[in-house]
Amino acid sequence: MSIIINHLNYIYDEDTAMAHPALIDVNLKIPDGQFIGLIGHTGSGKSTLIQHMNGLIKPSSGNVFFDNEDINEQGYDKKKLRSNVGLVFQYPEHQLFETDCFKDVCFGPKNLGLPQKEVELRAFEALEQVGFDATYFYQSPFDLSGGQKRRVAIAGVLAMKPRVLILDEPTAGLDPKGREDILNLISDLHKKMNITIILVSHSMEDVADYVERIIVMNKGRVAFDAEPRDVFSHVKELEEIGLAAPQVTYCMQELREAGFDVDTGVTTLEEAKKEILKAFGKC
Amino acid sequence: MKKMIRTDKLVFEYIRRDEEGNVEGITRAVDNVNLNVEPGQFIAILGHNGSGKSTLAKHFNALLYPTEGEVYVDGMLTEDDEHLWDVRQEAGMIFQNPDNQIIGQVVEEDVGFGPENMGVPTEEIWERVDESLKAVRMDQFRKSSPNHLSGGQKQRVSIAGVIAMHPKCIIMDEPTAMLDPNGRREVIRAARALNQVENITIILITHYMEEVVDADKVFVMDKGKVVMEGTPREIFAQVDKLKELKLGVPQVTLLAHELRKSGLPIPEPILTRKELVEALKACR
Repeated sequence: MSIIINHLNYIYDEDTAMAHPALIDVNLKIPDGQFIGLIGHTGSGKSTLIQHMNGLIKPSSGNVFFDNEDINEQGYDKKKLRSNVGLVFQYPEHQLFETDCFKDVCFGPKNLGLPQKEVELRAFEALEQVGFDATYFYQSPFDLSGGQKRRVAIAGVLAMKPRVLILDEPTAGLDPKGREDILNLISDLHKKMNITIILVSHSMEDVADYVERIIVMNKGRVAFDAEPRDVFSHVKELEEIGLAAPQVTYCMQELREAGFDVDTGVTTLEEAKKEILKAFGKC
Repeated sequence: MKKMIRTDKLVFEYIRRDEEGNVEGITRAVDNVNLNVEPGQFIAILGHNGSGKSTLAKHFNALLYPTEGEVYVDGMLTEDDEHLWDVRQEAGMIFQNPDNQIIGQVVEEDVGFGPENMGVPTEEIWERVDESLKAVRMDQFRKSSPNHLSGGQKQRVSIAGVIAMHPKCIIMDEPTAMLDPNGRREVIRAARALNQVENITIILITHYMEEVVDADKVFVMDKGKVVMEGTPREIFAQVDKLKELKLGVPQVTLLAHELRKSGLPIPEPILTRKELVEALKACR
């Protein structure tokens, strides 16, 4: 069992007149190797939650366990935790700072105190894992396109060899092709290296296409925690909390209302296509 | 009638320099663009990252000047110094990140900033603030601090700030990229209402194909050039070409496209869920 969150509460500006709860009694188990989507409207507590997972914020009450150890106990090695639980912030390319891409990726492992050879080996591996073209290794990261910069930033976190990778809206601001590339990359990392992935996203279509489990946050609480199919069957409730279902899910519901014999639990384009063809007796 | 925006053989180049300041080369970000935007139109500009959309848009309110060619806003040449402030008042701009555009401590103060700088009398400023906040349905937050608003709400305050300057045209550069589905919907709804009710010309730059479906006209950019131009229906009929340009189509359009390839006689393109349901009914 990789991460356990136990009765977690977090209050912003505690002990002041401005105090307001950001997380209320959150309980979650995140086993090794899952691909999880974390959704919720702005201000629902998603970001506060993920910052607890690698010890950037201390809970007001409750615990976060990583490998059965409470990460907020005195003497717990937070540095090790942060190499195990990698966090890729929104717009991570804003954090690139070195003169070339390779050096930038080296920064994380170097800070772990590894020997130079190991550092460079890891940087090389990480850049390869994100499919970054070797001819650009020694270019300034600032000369790259948005999607490429983001790859370098993700490689910087991968070079720490995390077991859990949390990405906060990794596709924000990218064009459709760039979005697809980054999501395929994340999906590959999950499959090939068996890393646990937590994907924070505002795109229901993306989440439905890739993840096996969805956690929905609303007003600091976990509103749903289930497979995409289950979660997206609660269209009304999702809309009430500022979210939505993928377009194809709506499509199938409308087709059903129009008298077609289709499954309304469909969440991806492939499934929708199959269902419709089946209704027409074509497969 | 005067065009809202007209570009004539617009070229924009910038010089790349290395760390010592030596010239490394020249990049042509906008390459010979000729486009016309009629008053009252809802225009969408698509294009992958780095295709030149934002650089083009920055010419529309004189944030950038052409290297070659000309840009006219409501008949005024943007390079004419005497027109600079008129151009910027008539063509307002909204950027991606709402946090970078809000300066006031209170919502109403932020919205009043534009007209105040234009020298509008105080009383009229308050009238404008009032009507602008109503137009984007943010009047109940008039006295709030912008810090406590959601992204979509902040973005609507930014839009109100532009409306308060009484523009004829609003250019929105990926206004929804950082928003959740609700925020996205609110902002697009506000843009549509301004277009239909106030007859303000809207130029929307976006990566979300769903937001483009209702536009009057779409321009698609690649390598600084306008490579496709037409109604959303004409544009989204070319699924494969859009993919080549690193773009996509709305999910329903893609579903319909896939179904057609599998042998269902569905017309091309399908833009809305309603159209898909109707088309499938017709197949039955």
